[in-house]
Amino acid sequence: MVDTLLSALAALLTFQHLLYMLLGVSVGLVIGVIPGLGGIAGLSLLMPFLYGMDEIAALAMLIGLVAVIPTSDTFSSVLMGIPGSSASQATVLDGFPLARQGQAARALSAAFISSMAGGIFGAVVLTGFVVIARPIILSFASAELFMLALFGLSMVAVLAGRSLAKGLAACCIGLIIGSIGGAPATGEFRMIFGSEYLYDGIPLVIVGLGFFAIPEIADLLRKNSAIASGNALGSGWFDGLRDWWHNIWLSARCAGLGCIIGAIPGLGGSVVDWIAYGHAVQTVKKDPQFGKGDIRGVIAPESANNAMQGGALLPTMLFGIPGSGAMAVFLGGMVLLGIQPGPSMVGADLNITYSVIWSLALANVMGAGICLALAIPISKLTQIPFQRLAPFMIVLICFAAFQATRSLADLVALLSLGVLGVLMKRFGWPRPALLIGYVLAPQAETYFYQALQFNGWSFLGRPGVIVIGLMTVASVVFGLRNRVDEHGHVVPNEDDAPDVPTFKAHLPQIGFAVAMAGLMALALIDSLEHDFLGKIFPLSVSIIGLVMLAVLIPQLARGKPGHHAHFDAELTGDHVGQAGIGNLWGGLAWIAGLVGLTALVGFYAALLIFFPIFLIQRAKAGPIAVAVMTAGAAGFILVLAWALSLNFPSGVLQDVLDLPWPFR
Amino acid sequence: MKTITRRVALGVAAGAVALGLAWPAAAEADFAGKTIEWIIPFSAGGGSDTWARFNAPLLSKYLPGNPVVVVVNEPGGGSTKGTNLFAARAKPDGLTILGTSGSTQFPYLLGDPRVRYEYKDWKIAMAGPTGGAVYASPSLGLTGPQDIAKLKDKELVYASQGATSLDLVPLLGFRLMGFNVQHVFGFKGRGDGRLAFERGEVNIDYQTSSAYLKNVQPLVDAGQAVPLFSWGVLNEAGEVVRDPTFPDLPSFAEAYETLTGKAPSGPEYDAYFAFFTAGFPAQKMVFLPNGTPDDIVAAYQKAFEDMKADPDYQANAEAVLGTYEQVTGPLAQALFEKGTTIAPELRKQVVEMLGAEYGVKLGE
Repeated sequence: MVDTLLSALAALLTFQHLLYMLLGVSVGLVIGVIPGLGGIAGLSLLMPFLYGMDEIAALAMLIGLVAVIPTSDTFSSVLMGIPGSSASQATVLDGFPLARQGQAARALSAAFISSMAGGIFGAVVLTGFVVIARPIILSFASAELFMLALFGLSMVAVLAGRSLAKGLAACCIGLIIGSIGGAPATGEFRMIFGSEYLYDGIPLVIVGLGFFAIPEIADLLRKNSAIASGNALGSGWFDGLRDWWHNIWLSARCAGLGCIIGAIPGLGGSVVDWIAYGHAVQTVKKDPQFGKGDIRGVIAPESANNAMQGGALLPTMLFGIPGSGAMAVFLGGMVLLGIQPGPSMVGADLNITYSVIWSLALANVMGAGICLALAIPISKLTQIPFQRLAPFMIVLICFAAFQATRSLADLVALLSLGVLGVLMKRFGWPRPALLIGYVLAPQAETYFYQALQFNGWSFLGRPGVIVIGLMTVASVVFGLRNRVDEHGHVVPNEDDAPDVPTFKAHLPQIGFAVAMAGLMALALIDSLEHDFLGKIFPLSVSIIGLVMLAVLIPQLARGKPGHHAHFDAELTGDHVGQAGIGNLWGGLAWIAGLVGLTALVGFYAALLIFFPIFLIQRAKAGPIAVAVMTAGAAGFILVLAWALSLNFPSGVLQDVLDLPWPFR
Repeated sequence: MKTITRRVALGVAAGAVALGLAWPAAAEADFAGKTIEWIIPFSAGGGSDTWARFNAPLLSKYLPGNPVVVVVNEPGGGSTKGTNLFAARAKPDGLTILGTSGSTQFPYLLGDPRVRYEYKDWKIAMAGPTGGAVYASPSLGLTGPQDIAKLKDKELVYASQGATSLDLVPLLGFRLMGFNVQHVFGFKGRGDGRLAFERGEVNIDYQTSSAYLKNVQPLVDAGQAVPLFSWGVLNEAGEVVRDPTFPDLPSFAEAYETLTGKAPSGPEYDAYFAFFTAGFPAQKMVFLPNGTPDDIVAAYQKAFEDMKADPDYQANAEAVLGTYEQVTGPLAQALFEKGTTIAPELRKQVVEMLGAEYGVKLGE
């Protein structure tokens, strides 16, 4: 084994192989920086080049890409508060406040070193674990997987915010959104309302961008200023490294957590950052400042998300079961290279496995190094007035969103969830709780049904189930003790929130809660149309949600001013009363404009119209700047679309006229 | 005598005319400087995408004029979205082709309301067969394919991806054999199902050939799995015969005969046979749109034939395609017709059975 390990390293350390790895790492870094684009898009970019490549070089390139996406996605999370990919949503909670306090350098360096440490940890675990992993992975049956989904849901306790009823209601909305589409047990289509788009459910990338990116863009656009005032980066490169060193055990624990969650097939890694964040909040005792810029809130998710990639390689290579969309593409790449995953990956093909592991470790070092070097130029972006940056972000986010099914419907879904996201942010509904519910809904439902089918209720007596059950209970107890709110602040459950003491001022939040109750009622009515197995999950969730709202709405209506359920950023937020604050809906209106134009003339033509109008109208840019920026954005999107060989979503115009690409 | 000679002469003349027309026409198809879009109605990663990405560079190499061939993923609606798009938009110039899979054929055969495409409009360029083998747990008390009758009174459990997915073939097949199978749905792929088998949650499973050879054969060698039968392949006459990948395993038809003493027949078998063909021998197909000139179709068929001798094809074909040759011409045409045709009463029978027994609703 040691021989194989060393010879794999020797095979990798040739100029040509390292060059290909660097290529993969570079593409991965660029893709990671762009919000919403992740491993699937990155790997699809490289796929056409695999043809005729040498195995080791090709694997080094692919792994290089996969490994560094959770490193570079930190940039936009920390600098703009917009998650760079679904792996670093939790980084926003503390990374962005740090950046606004002028500590971006500290946050970024801590994030990069944590990413590197997490990635290397993942590789080390893989090295030893890969040989004995089969029986361990096989010990997670449907029953245990169901319990793990519950364990993930238990993080809602810590992320529920000031009002538990509100937090649980948000989680229920997530569970409902996650159950749209085909029911796992019967294949019945739930809550599709006659729309073919909803048959497959709403894709993760749309939910992530709608709830986390759009509200942030809308917020930043209102302020009409650069994101960072004064020195964008601040000093403190070494502070970040020191912070990581002081919290090395937290980093190691989160890396371990990430690795395990990645390694268990079927769980998927999309909430690993939230679980790590929740874990940090639950366990940190000394002076917690979560949500206000606690560096540990950056270290925890960043250590976990890179380690997760290492873990996720295990089921992919040993069983041919991809744990995520990106791993599915990676698996396709392996097959194209003529490598069939299976038990031989730890037998005859162990050298391939080890070269993958070494690539993983090296790529993480490369990625963190390059990111540290690039941090200063990239963070200059935060000194640009945001209204000049906004059209790029809006176009990039729409571009990322329609990767899902490449149709206009993706953009419409993005916009609708964006509206919901903006309102949830305004009224203090915890979006992380919603996201966890959304991601884990299909897993919880599927594995519960399967566990019952395979074992009957006796599945509850399985040792693994009992152990994970106890962990879940502990997590709920710790979580409720250290609850953090929508913005990550650790909150005492006291009724002393800043508030405006009139009933009329509370009407908007009461209205929103009532609307959410309407949504729940809609889900409930829809569920009644289905067979028992198809209805039981959405029915139960919508009833729980309605109960939570039945608790919340009277609290909102009758609670004393300052009651912990009350929250409306339009009454008490930092921006209230300041000069030059735009309308809450301004940013959304622009995004809606782009979507509307797309429906008329197709995405690419819409972009060419949207960009100059936005720059002239909103950013008051001069004609040269407008021309340069429009050409730059149009060119970049064109190259990216060409490299991904995709057609843009088409509009009414394309139904009538036959236009050449990219207007097709 | 004289008449015959004249007939022969006429025949030769007609043949010469036909050839004369055919040859220059074939030479006309030239894609130099063009880009061909290969629509794959599935997302990146996964079987169909990998299959297309394997073929695309080879197609580019062997089509006249060496056009660029790009794989365009148009996922959604269980592959109906991208296929509808192709049906509505593609022009008969050979620059847009479609790759379908069993998951595209099944909704069409079942009459899914999302289907707005008609296979019979299209011209087939190539068909890529696949196959697989069924195996069971030794805990059921059997030691080899000859013991299949022992399964008759056992409670079998199968990990299914859904009643309208490719796992409809085993569902119909097991029913035909009279097995008592509990289908547990919600699995993400056959690999996921194999994992459930290895965990002991299910006791009967099948894998496609390459996955079987790589992952199940070691289990068989270790005494943890017992092979039962292969789904079989179609011969030139359209009959189910042994899969050359598994020469020692009986085909589905043989296994049925061992169980019942007679060859399979009747409407239930016909329904099974339609879905089996669409799911295995005609699983992957490449189509050109309605009205595509014959010379373009011929150019594609020739390219798919020529690429088989390419060293790159031979090096990786087994990992991507399994052990089956991609076919063109009359054989592909035959597979195409068999894999996309079902009698209305058989469709009704299957849809009603799925609705009554598994709660499947296909929409309005």
